[in-house]
Parts: sequence; structure tokens; C-alpha cells
Amino acid sequence: MPDLAETDAFAGLDLPITMGECRLATCAPQLITSVAPRNGREAAVDAVLRDFELGFPTPGKMIVSGSARIIWAGRETAFLMGVEPPAGLRLEAALTVQSDGWAGLHLTGSGAEAVLARLIPLDLRLSTFAVHDVARTLLNHMPCLIFRPAKTAFEIYVFRSMAGTAVHELTEAMRSVAARQAVWQE
Amino acid sequence: MTQPQRIPGKGSIDRTRPVRFTFDGREYEGYHGDTVASALLANGVRLMGRSFKYHRPRGVMTAGSEEPNALIEVMENGQHTPNVRATMQEIYRGLATRSQNRWPSLSFDALAVNDRLSAFLSAGFYYKTFMWPRAWWEKLYEPVIRRAAGLGVLSGKHDVGRYEKAWAHCDLLVVGSGPAGLMAALVAARAGADVIVAEEDRQMGGRLLSDAPEVDGLPGDAWAAEVLGELVELPNARVMRRMTVTGAYDDGSYGALERVGLHLGEPGNLPRECFWRIVAKRAILAAGALERPIAHPDNDRPGVMLVSALRAYVRRWGIDPGRTVIFGNNDGALDAARALTAEGVRILAYVDPRPGIDPVEEFRVYRGEVVGTTGRLGLKTVKFRHKGGTSELAAETLALSGGWNPTLHLACHMNARPNWDDAISAFVPRDGMVPNLTVVGAASGQFSTAKCLEQGAAAARAALAELDRKVPDIRVPKAGDGRYAIAPLWSVQVPGHAWLDFANDVTTKDVVLAAQEGFSAVEHMKRYTTQGMAPDQGKSSNVAALAVLAEATGQGIPATGTTTFRPPFVPVSIAALGAGARAKGFAPERRTTSDVVARRMGAPMIEAGLWFRPSYFPRAGEATWRDACDREVKMVRESVGVCDVSTLGKIDVQGADAERFLDFVYTNTMSTLKPGRVRYGLMLREDGHVMDDGTCARLAEQQFMITTTTAAAGLVMRHLDFVHQAFCADWDVRLISVTEHWAQIAMAGPKARELLNTVLEDPVTPESLPFIACMSTQVQGVPGRVFRISFSGEQGYEIAVPARYGTALFERLVAEAEGLDGGAYGMEALNVLRIEKGFITHAEIHGRVTAFDIGMDRLVSSKKDCIGRSASLRPGLIGEDRQQLIGLMPVDAQEPLTAGAHLYAKDASARAADGQGYVTSVAYSPTLGSWLGLAFLTNGRARHGETIRLDDGLRGRKVICRVCDPVFLDPEGGRMRA
Repeated sequence: MPDLAETDAFAGLDLPITMGECRLATCAPQLITSVAPRNGREAAVDAVLRDFELGFPTPGKMIVSGSARIIWAGRETAFLMGVEPPAGLRLEAALTVQSDGWAGLHLTGSGAEAVLARLIPLDLRLSTFAVHDVARTLLNHMPCLIFRPAKTAFEIYVFRSMAGTAVHELTEAMRSVAARQAVWQE
Repeated sequence: MTQPQRIPGKGSIDRTRPVRFTFDGREYEGYHGDTVASALLANGVRLMGRSFKYHRPRGVMTAGSEEPNALIEVMENGQHTPNVRATMQEIYRGLATRSQNRWPSLSFDALAVNDRLSAFLSAGFYYKTFMWPRAWWEKLYEPVIRRAAGLGVLSGKHDVGRYEKAWAHCDLLVVGSGPAGLMAALVAARAGADVIVAEEDRQMGGRLLSDAPEVDGLPGDAWAAEVLGELVELPNARVMRRMTVTGAYDDGSYGALERVGLHLGEPGNLPRECFWRIVAKRAILAAGALERPIAHPDNDRPGVMLVSALRAYVRRWGIDPGRTVIFGNNDGALDAARALTAEGVRILAYVDPRPGIDPVEEFRVYRGEVVGTTGRLGLKTVKFRHKGGTSELAAETLALSGGWNPTLHLACHMNARPNWDDAISAFVPRDGMVPNLTVVGAASGQFSTAKCLEQGAAAARAALAELDRKVPDIRVPKAGDGRYAIAPLWSVQVPGHAWLDFANDVTTKDVVLAAQEGFSAVEHMKRYTTQGMAPDQGKSSNVAALAVLAEATGQGIPATGTTTFRPPFVPVSIAALGAGARAKGFAPERRTTSDVVARRMGAPMIEAGLWFRPSYFPRAGEATWRDACDREVKMVRESVGVCDVSTLGKIDVQGADAERFLDFVYTNTMSTLKPGRVRYGLMLREDGHVMDDGTCARLAEQQFMITTTTAAAGLVMRHLDFVHQAFCADWDVRLISVTEHWAQIAMAGPKARELLNTVLEDPVTPESLPFIACMSTQVQGVPGRVFRISFSGEQGYEIAVPARYGTALFERLVAEAEGLDGGAYGMEALNVLRIEKGFITHAEIHGRVTAFDIGMDRLVSSKKDCIGRSASLRPGLIGEDRQQLIGLMPVDAQEPLTAGAHLYAKDASARAADGQGYVTSVAYSPTLGSWLGLAFLTNGRARHGETIRLDDGLRGRKVICRVCDPVFLDPEGGRMRA
């Protein structure tokens, strides 16, 4: 048993919060391993992962199998979340533990797209950014990894050090969107 | 009686909701749905402002965003928003407004004397007048002119209001919601395309609201309401009111300003404005047309407005304009006279210069021209000449119509020029001015309602076809298809001041003068007269002004051309453009895991890039930061200090070619490094200058962990990615940042190992973990890494644990260190420690130095190639002429040195030509009892022992210093290796 206490990336922040048609909560910390196939080993990596009903995702996509998810995270890289990397993967890919480097937020509700439209320049309409679509982009000024686990839900991962700013930005956007929904506008 | 000018029962205002507001301190009542302009008119107030230059009394000219005259200030909670167009500001309970550009009051304005002096103040007067005596310009003329110029007053306080920025994406953006725009939106929305309709008014409908032409047997406003009812129910249509599309940019991007909460007294958390960036696959510009006045003497009195504005005020706001004269040169004006008569407006005379004008109407028709007006603070009489002579009628309102200018501004934003169309005496858009933007309706010069509807539908169908969408079969409703005829009349040829640009007080005389003085090109005329340079950007004056110029030069209008239309179409507040960037929104804050502990300990935080790091950890009895810093330095030198170094960049490098790759990016050799060992490394840019330094630890045969400086973490990651992709993509190497995953804490001092061993399960010895070695180990039950490296010159270790344990580990180490007479140290002490030891930071490797300059040329291996090596060997980058890193000590040890100061020979003058170098870092060393500096000095390494003068012109310091080795303390490194 570790003798050191764990501190959550969002410690001291008041989450979850609900405003208008939107709720912001933290994603439970989980094991995150970056998987970068070695030269010419993309097919082998894909095969190893397929044995676990996953596979190596194409750019902008993610694959889900039970509590395990593998999410495209950039050039020739994916983040395996929620499970230990399968045995044999290390021979085919560079694996790096990233669990503590990223802070995940879960934004849900019918107002989620409107909130993100204040912070993210990408087209996140369902017709363009479908369920299980993934993007590396900016959350206002912060680099982020965003994906859509369900129609009205987004998970947004930012650098752990920026967790406070991310919550601040999202909360402010939620406040404005909620105010628009609440104010009677003839 | 309140609102004496309101016609009972007329208008779309909500008479069940009276609204009280103030203008210049006086309370007025209007109704919900009123603008400040309409509510003031309802109360019989015609005087709303003063003109910019001559301070002429002015009233409202338009009913839209192009308003040049009625600019007011809105006051809220101690804030002033100047230059708000009274035609756009909706009233709400408690709204406080006031007029601007007048003193002491709107009806008596002292600077109206400018009007009397207008003969001396014509265009360009200040270029000619204020030439002499030369010295007076700065001392007298400029201050006086600056005080007199400018419109409105700012509060001088920070604008803490809420603003917002947002993105929107759609298949089709429709700009404008008149017949053409609504029809286009309807067709596209029914086809299932994502449509955004942007309308700058509070109500959708455009001219359907004010003119109400019949559409499919319904009054225009009723038809518009029906279409809107359908659009708002469609999930794929976004109807955005109070939103002005302000600019057209590359790749289908448009800027738009939405007035979100400006019409509400209690907006709550609603932003005041939102600046939208809309990305549309296709766009339809259906922004309608703007009416233009006719220049005639004294055409600027309160009570003179455009015919279209008159129609809007009567129909939409139920304003009774009183006795009215209409002066027009086109069929639109004549139609308006008929419609207004039908609404009950008293048209005393319709004046039109066109030959063949039919005198048989329900109002008096004169073939002629208005030649003057009277009424200082409001129109009293209108004088016009006609076949039978000259008549003068008492009137409250004079409505002008010199024709219509299509609102094609957006189409010109990518620098395309419009064509001149003689048939309507106006500029019209050409095809393809902005890619994927189609201009329809009045904006394209088409003034019949039927044609506008048809064009809107056709443009939407074409857009749908281009987007491979099924085109629905929609019948275009029936509407009037009237002819529009016009005979150009830009100015009435009689003596007197005839205004073209009301906002900037430019008259026909000014334009003619510009031509006479050689400013005959339209862009020169604009700058000479300031025509079109006011907040309205000349929307109602540009075409008339260039027509007058064309007459004066004899060039003709097409040859004269237009000035450039640039974004934004309406003024956009800087606050909206910079929304969210105030205070905490300026940049992300990066906080280490120990941040909370450091703040609890009272440490003032300083920014390092985006990171916050503790400056020092104050203790009781310490008066200044220096007291704390000196103590912390001493603590590290004598016992042990603890410092969070997590902000340094950490990059995981793996692969069979990892060592080869690192040999390529570092100047020195990393392939010979054994697993479990660490090496200092230097990276060069391709131009041979130093980019960054750090450590490289070999964790396993095919895995390295390299560190970068805090400031250059992103830069180095980008550089490595570039090198891999561009130069050696086939190498088996994978890179990923692990900066954020690891919390890394440094321990430094003679008791560092003792401290380290308090948290390790397997204590280390100098033999098990020698200097510049690393290992994986258990830290309090957590898998971690330990590196034996030093940035202080003391025995030093760094422990890395997953970030979730960072807070607890830092707390534990500080507590243990305090038990050993040590404690936490901050950035100030860290800086002193490294200067004492001559270690460099980006103060030294600032981008203009080479490895040679910092004395590390031997670190550039000659046995292999690396990025930047060849370039670093270029002539001029090595040798005696280079400024080289040295140490500086003042001859009087207590005399402070200053960073940024320059170095000169002892008795040389402080001129650039005599400069020999500069100081990069300074500190007071409590260890050595002296000020120390790091500096670059020409041929410095050969000059140790010389004395030299530090000269800081900025702070007025001159200090005689001794040049020495940059390593002031323990040059053999015995302490570090202990």
C-alpha cells in the first residue's frame, strides 16, 4: 500500500456542477497508456488489440469494448484507457504511462455542444462529430483531447496542470449558455 | 401628455408594456419594442446629437445600423458606452442615455461656434493652418485639437462586463431576413440543410416590416411571421436576431456581432455581446439596400431623415412625423409617398426633379428640387424651387431619397470591386466576389419583391445542389413586381452647405475642394476630406460623394470607382473581440502538484511561462525577500533544500533508433550512455545557435527520458517531432511528453542523501547511485524514479512519482528536511545557487549564442553529425570576436550589479560602438559575500582578471568589476559528487 496520499487533479474545485441544460463532472482517474506502434508494426498492434475486442483506431476515432477504450490521440498514437496493455503489445509498440498527466472532464446535456462552441473552434455538430469521434484541438488556449462517448456527452482531457483553468473556462461558458436559455427573449 | 407623436394603434411595439428611460437626465416613456430613436421621436424629441466637426444640431437620419447622426452614450453602473446608435439601442426600464459631443448641453453647445467658422474649417484646413510657428504644433495646436476632437467619453474604468466569443458551423449562412433572405432560408431549411439566418434588427423581416409589400395575399410582415414560425420549429435552422455579420474571410468564415444582453435592464449572466465566427459551406448575402440622401443646403437639420426611415418609424413604431415634405428622385420615394398617405401621414409636398413626373396624386406633386431649410434645433420650413417658382412650407419632417445602394459590403471584403449599374445609379456586385457567396435581392440591385423572392429561392436551390442535397419543390409566393426608375441627382446646384457625410461633416464643397487641390482619386479624396471615415464608414454618403467627385473631375462614376469596403460592417467593440481574455482568461494557468502546499506556506508565486512557481518561502522575522532568499541559499549549502522541479519538460524517447536519434539532436553523444546513467546535453538549432539544454537519462536499452528547460519544453518537443518527421521518418523512434505525468522534486545540499533515504524503501549509497546516475525504485510504496543530478552544485537528487502523489511527497520531504535544519526553497534561491555555480538558463542561452560562446564547444562532438553542427562552425560564430560567457564580481563586493547592463572598458564612453558585452544574470551570493554576475564579453575567456565597467544607462549605475571564470563556487565539483 502506498504510504503517500493521492491528490485528485481537480482537488479543491467544486465539481460536479449543473447549469441550465448542462452538467460538468470529473472523469474518474484511470489507467492511461499511450500506444505508439513501432515502425511497420501497425498491423501487428492492431491484431494484438483485436484479440481484446479493441484494435488500433484510425485518426479521429475511438474503439470501445466494455470498460476498455482506445482513443486516437495524435500522429501514430492512441491512448489505451481503463485497462492494462495486453501482454505482447510492448513488443510491437512504444508504451508510456500517461495516467497522471491528463485530467478528464465529462460534459453532458443538451447544452453541451453550445458550451463547447464557446471554447473549441471545431465543428462539433453531431452530423460532423459523431458518437465515438475524437479530436486533438484547443479548449480556448489549452491543448485538449476531446471525444464524444454519446450523443449529448463529451469527454475533454487537458494537461493536469491546467485542470483549474479548464474548469474555469467551461464553467464560464456554461454560465453564459444557461443565461441565454433562462432569459426570456421575446 | 407622453408620447404625443405616437399614432394610436399603429406599429408593432407592445403598448401593454410601457418602458421609462432617460435621455440627458430627463425621463421619457416609450414602449417595449422601441429603440431610443423611436421612443424619442414619439416624445417629440428630434434633436439627438451634435455633429463631429461643426457641432451642428442633428436628429435621426435612419432607422438602422447605418445611422450617422444619432450617436449617444449609454451609462450603466459607472460605465459609459459612447457612440451607440440610438436607432439600434432598444429601450429597457432604467436605461440611462445622454447625448455626446456637446458642452454644456445639447441645445446650447459652445463649440457650435465651429459652424460659424466653417468657411475657415473646410477639408484639409489643419494641414494648411497649423504649419507655423512650428513649435506651436506640439505645445498648442495638437492638445487643443485633441481635446475638441473625438466622439463620446469613456469612463476610464476597466470594462468588467461579460462578453462572449463563439463558433458556429452550418451548411448555409443567410445574411439578412427580408423577402430574399427568408425565402432562401426556408428553401434550404426545408431541405434539411443546417441554416443560420442572421438579422441585425431585433425583428426578422427586413423591409417586409416597414414597407409590408403584399406576399401571397398577406401583408409582408404577416408573411414573414409565418415563415419564421416554421423556421424556429425546424431543428436544423438557427434564427439569430440582433446579429450583424461584420466580415467575410477566407474559407467560408464570417465574423458576426450579436447584441445579446444590451437590450435588457437586468441581463444577469447574459453576455453583453457575442462575437461569432461562423464557418459556412455556402452563404447568401441578402442584406438589402441602404437609401441615400440628396445633398442640398441645410439638409442635416433634426427632422430631416431618409424616406425609408420615415416609413419604418410610421409602420413599425407608429410615429407621427407631423407635416412632411418628401424629396426624391426615384419610384421608391413616390411609392413611399403613396403608402404614407394611405397610412394617414400628412404629405404637404412631394418634390421630384424628374421630367414627366405625374402630378396627379393624393398629395401635391412638384417637379423641382429642395433648395434649403430653416430651423436651428429642429426643422421649421422647407424651401423648394419648381416650375412655378420657389415655395417655402412649414414642416416638421423632410424625407429624402436619392436612390438605393445595394448593401454589398460583405461581397467586397476580399478586395473584389463592384460594377456600376446605370439603370439604378448604384454599384452592384459581380459573381464570385467571395467564393461560395451569392448575393441576392436588393443587395444585388434587384428591387422588386417578386424578384427578391425568386432570387432567394434560386440561390438556395443552387447552394443545395452544390452540397449534393435534394432540392425540395417549393413554390415561390406571389408578390408585386413593380418597376424601379431613377434619375440620378447627387446634389442640388445652389449655394450653401450641402451635407454628404453627416457623421464627419463633409459637404459637397469639401469634395470639390479636394478635386481642385489634386486629391482627385477617390481614395485620396476620402483621406483629404475624411468622408466615409466615421463610425458609419460612409454607408449613406460614399456613393454620392464619389459621384460629386466624378462630376468635379469629369471622369464619370465607373472610372472614379469606389473606396475599399473593409470589415467590420458595423463597429465591433474590442471587448467582444477579446471576450474571455480578461484576467484569468488571458492565458491558462499551469499549477504544479505542490502549488497548494507552497501557497499554504505563504510563498509568493511567480510566473515561469504559464507555470506558477514559488518565489521564496518566507519565515517569521524576515523583512524582505532577500532575507528569505539568503537563508534558503545558506540552507542548501549547509544542510538540505527541497524544490519542486516538475515544470521542466520531460520527454519519453523509445525505439531501436532512439540512441541514434538522440545523437542526432544533441551535440554530444548519447548512444554511449549506459542504462541507469544520465548525461548533460546541449541542443542546437539548425542555424547553429544553442536551443536548449537538459539531461538525458537512459532508463533501458531502448528507452530514454530527456528533460528540457521549463520555458523551452514545448519548443523542444516540436523540434524533435519536426526532426523525426522531416529528416528521419523511417527511424524506429517514438516520442511523447511525460511532463505532466511525473511530479519531480529536487533535494540539494550536504544532507540530500540523508533526506532522500527517509522516503526510499531501499536507501541509496554513493556507490549504489553515484553522481549522474538514475534508477527506478519504490518511494513510500509508490513506483518512482530517482536521478542523481544537481543544478545547485551541491549533492543533489531528484525524485519523480506519478503526479497524484506529488502533493504528498512534497509535503513529506519538506517536513523531513525541516527536521534536518533544511526546508523548501524557491526560485530566487535556485537562481542564486545556479549563478554561484555558473550554470546557465535561458537568460544566457537567449537564442543568439553558440556553444562556443558559452564555453561548451567541446560538447559539440566532432565524431558525429548533429542538428546545427555545420552551421555552428561558420566563420563569425567562433573566435576572439565573439562575446563569451564570463563571471563578473564587483571590485566593491557590496555594490549591486544589474542584469541588462552593458560592459565597457573602464574609461570608455557608454556608446554602442564602445560596447564590449552585456550582463545576463546577477545575484547577491550569501555564500561568497559578494554580488555576482554572468555576462558576455568580447573575447571574455582570455580576459579573466581584467577590470571593466558595468554601465546601466537605464538605472543610472556604473560599477567597476573584475572579469572571472563563470563558475564562482567549487569549480572542481567536489560538493556535487560527494
